[in-house]
Amino acid sequence: MLYRENGQFKTTYRQDQQMLPILQDRIFMALLLLFVFGVAPFIFSDYLFLSILIPFLVLSLAAIGLNLLVGYCGQISLGHAAFMSVGAYAAYNLVLRVPQLNFLVVLILAGLIAALVGLLFGIPSLRIRGLYLAVATLAAQFFVDWTFARVKWFTNYAPSGSVSTATIDIFGWTVDTPVRKYLFLLAVVTVFALVAKNLVRGHMGRAWMAMRDMDVAAEVIGIRPVYAKLTAFGVSSFYVGVAGALWGFVYLGSWEPLAFDINLSLNLLFMIIIGGMGSILGSFFGAFFIVALPILLNQAPEWLGIHLSTAMVSNLEAMIFGSLIIFFLIVEPQGLARLWAIGKEKLRLWPFPH
Amino acid sequence: MKLVERMRVLAVSAGAVAAIMAVAASGPVQAQSKAKEQFFPVLPYRTGAYAPNGVPWANGYVDYLKLVNARDGGIGGVKITYEECETGYDTARGVECYERLKGKGPTGATLFQPLSTGITFALTDKAPGDKVPLVTAGYGRADAVDGTVFKWNFPLGGTYWDAADILVQHVGKIEGGLDKLKGKKIALVYHDSPYGKEPIPLLQLRAKMHGFNLLLLPVTHPGVEQKATWLQIRQQRPDYVFLWGWGVMNSAALKEAVATGYPRDKMYGVWWSGAEPDVIPAGDGAKGYHALVFLAPAGQGQVHKDMIKYVYDKGQGTGKKEEIGEVLYNRGMVSAMLGVEGVKRAQFKYGKKPLTGEQVRWGLENLALDAAAIKKLGFEGFMDPIQTTCVDHEGSHSSRIETWDGKKWNITSGTYESDSQIIKPLIKESAAKYAAEKKIPVRDCAKDASN
Repeated sequence: MLYRENGQFKTTYRQDQQMLPILQDRIFMALLLLFVFGVAPFIFSDYLFLSILIPFLVLSLAAIGLNLLVGYCGQISLGHAAFMSVGAYAAYNLVLRVPQLNFLVVLILAGLIAALVGLLFGIPSLRIRGLYLAVATLAAQFFVDWTFARVKWFTNYAPSGSVSTATIDIFGWTVDTPVRKYLFLLAVVTVFALVAKNLVRGHMGRAWMAMRDMDVAAEVIGIRPVYAKLTAFGVSSFYVGVAGALWGFVYLGSWEPLAFDINLSLNLLFMIIIGGMGSILGSFFGAFFIVALPILLNQAPEWLGIHLSTAMVSNLEAMIFGSLIIFFLIVEPQGLARLWAIGKEKLRLWPFPH
Repeated sequence: MKLVERMRVLAVSAGAVAAIMAVAASGPVQAQSKAKEQFFPVLPYRTGAYAPNGVPWANGYVDYLKLVNARDGGIGGVKITYEECETGYDTARGVECYERLKGKGPTGATLFQPLSTGITFALTDKAPGDKVPLVTAGYGRADAVDGTVFKWNFPLGGTYWDAADILVQHVGKIEGGLDKLKGKKIALVYHDSPYGKEPIPLLQLRAKMHGFNLLLLPVTHPGVEQKATWLQIRQQRPDYVFLWGWGVMNSAALKEAVATGYPRDKMYGVWWSGAEPDVIPAGDGAKGYHALVFLAPAGQGQVHKDMIKYVYDKGQGTGKKEEIGEVLYNRGMVSAMLGVEGVKRAQFKYGKKPLTGEQVRWGLENLALDAAAIKKLGFEGFMDPIQTTCVDHEGSHSSRIETWDGKKWNITSGTYESDSQIIKPLIKESAAKYAAEKKIPVRDCAKDASN
C-alpha cells in the first residue's frame, strides 16, 4: 500500500537512470543514513561498536570487493584474504617509513598496491576459468602468507612476526574511541559502496557482467576480455586492500600473518554466497550474517537465562550456525539479497496480490 | 506457493528484527550492582584444535577461583565472581571476548589471562586504554618484561627468552661448557605464530656467541603435518632439537621423531610442550623426552588437598578429580593464584573492597611472593619466589628440566637462572622499538614509584 511507485513518472532519461528510482527507497535510504550517522553513535554501546559494527563494516567492504570479482565478473577467487593482507602490510610499511603521509593517502596507496598484486595474480584468469582459476588464486593466498611470514622487512624485523600500529590521525582528528572508529569506517564504507554501486551500473560493470554470463558472446559484441577481467581483478583487489588496511589499523591494532589466513578467504566467499552474488546490498547482508550471528548465538543462552558450559555453548554455536547456512542456501540459493528483493516485490502488491 | 513464499519472507524479517533487538538490548545497560564482588574474566578454549591443552588449564584456573571463595570466603572478604568466554585460540574471538567482559562486575574486569600469545599481542594494544592489566604467566611477548614501556603487561614467572636461554645453558652443561657448543647444530622446531617465533632472536644471539648453528624449522598451524620438517632433521642430523609446539603439534612431533629415528633424549621442549596431553598420544615413543618446567610441575601439594576438600568433595569441581595435579591443571591454578595474589597485594594499599583494574595493576607490580608466602598458600615445590618491580614485570627468571619416563614427568636437573646480561639489552632494545612504533611515552620508574 505504502510501497508502490504508481504515479511516479519519469520524464527524463536522467530520472530513469537514478540509482534508487522509487521515491520510497530514497526516503528509506535517507532515513537509514540519518540513523547510522546521526543517531547510532549516541545510543549504541562500545561493545556493539567494537565487537560487531566495526568488524561488520570492514568485512562488508571486503565482501563488496570480492563480489565485484566473483558476483559481477564471474571469476572465482580463494585468495582474497591475501590481498587484504597486502593492503594491511602496505599501509603498515607506509605509515612506518613515510610517517608524514596522511592516513587517507596511505589507505588509497595501500589499495593501489593491493590492486597491483591482484592484477598480477589475475593474469592467469585470461587463460583458465572456474575451478582451475580457484586453485591459481589459492596459490596467491599461500604465496602471500609465506612472504609476510618469511621476509622480515615487511614486518620491520619484529621478532615474533607480529606488527602493531599507532593510532590513526586524520587532519588532527584522532580515530581512537569506538564511536570515532565507527564513524570513520562508516564514512569510508559509504563512499566506497556508492562508488561500487555506480561502477557496476556503468560500462565497466556491464562489461564484467557480460563476461560473467558468456565470455565468447561478450567478446563477439566487442568487450575485450583482457580489459574486463583484469579491471575486475584490479578494482576488486583495491577494495579488498583498503579493507585489509582498515582491518589491521582500525579493528585489530596489531596482527600476525595468521590474521589473514585461508579461513578469512573462505569466510569472505561465504559472505557473498549467503548474502547474494552480484549484489552490493548482499555483501552487507552476508557480512552481517558471518560476523554477528556467531557472536549472537554465543550469547543467546545467557540472555535466555539458560546456563550451559562454555564448551557446550561454543559447540552449539557451530552447529546452529552451520545449519542456518544450509537452511538459507536451500530456501534461497541466490542469497539474502534475493530474499530482500522478493520481499520488496511482495510489498508492492500488498495487500491485494493478484 | 504464494503462501509459502510469504511465510518465508515473514519468517526472515521477523528473525532479522529479533536479532537486531537482541543486539540493542545487550548493549550499554549492564546492571551495575554495587555488590562486594571482584570480577575475574576467564578466556579459555575448551573447543577447537587446542582444546586438549586448553581444557585442563581452564579447569585449574576456574577451580582455584572457586577454592578461594569456598576456603577463604573470597579475597579479603570480597567474593570472586567470574565468567568464561570461549576464544577457541582465535585472536578475533579473543578480542571480542575481551570487549564483552571488560566492563562486567562492580569495578570492571580485574585482569585478563588469555593463554594465547596471539591474543596477548592484540590485547596489549587495548589494555592501556581500558586500564586493565594483562597477566601472561609464561607466554606472551618477552619484551613486556620492561614495565617502563609495557605498563599493563605482566609476563609473570618467565618468558620465552628465559626459556630459550635456559635450554641453551642446559645443553651447554651437558656438552661440558658453553664453549663446547661451537660447531654443534641445534634445530628449533616451532609453531609458526608469534608464540613459536618469540625465542628466535635470543637463540640467534646465543648462536653467534657460542658458534653453534641454528636451524629454524617452522611448522604450520595446527601442526598435524610435519613430514617435511622431520625430513630436514633426518638430513641435517642436528645435535639437539628444541620443540616450541602447542597442542597436537607436540605429540605429532614426538611421533615423527620416532618415525625418523631421532633420539627423544636429545629433544627439549619449552614448558608448553611438556604436559601430559603432549606425550601420552605418542605412547612409549615419548620416553626420555625432556621439557622445561614452568612454575608448576605435575604432582599434588597442600593446595590440591584443599581443592579436593573444599571444591571437589562438595561436587563443585570443573573437571575430573583424577586430573587434579596434571601439569596444565597446575599451571592454570598457579596463573589464577598469581592474579588473586595481585588483588590481595593491592588490597593492602587500597583497602578490602572491590578493586579496579588500575588498582590491581599496582598490586601486580609490587608482588612479593617469597618461599614462606608460597608455602603458606600451599604451593611449596610448585613455583619459585616471584618479586616484581616497576622495571621488572616478570619477577622470576628460573626454571628446571623435567623428563618423561613413560608414566609421569620427573624433574631431572637443578635450577637454572637465565642470563640477564644477555636478555636485558634485548628487552630494552625491543621495548624501545615498540614504544617508538606506538608513539607511547616511557615511564620513569624513580618518579613513578608511588603508583
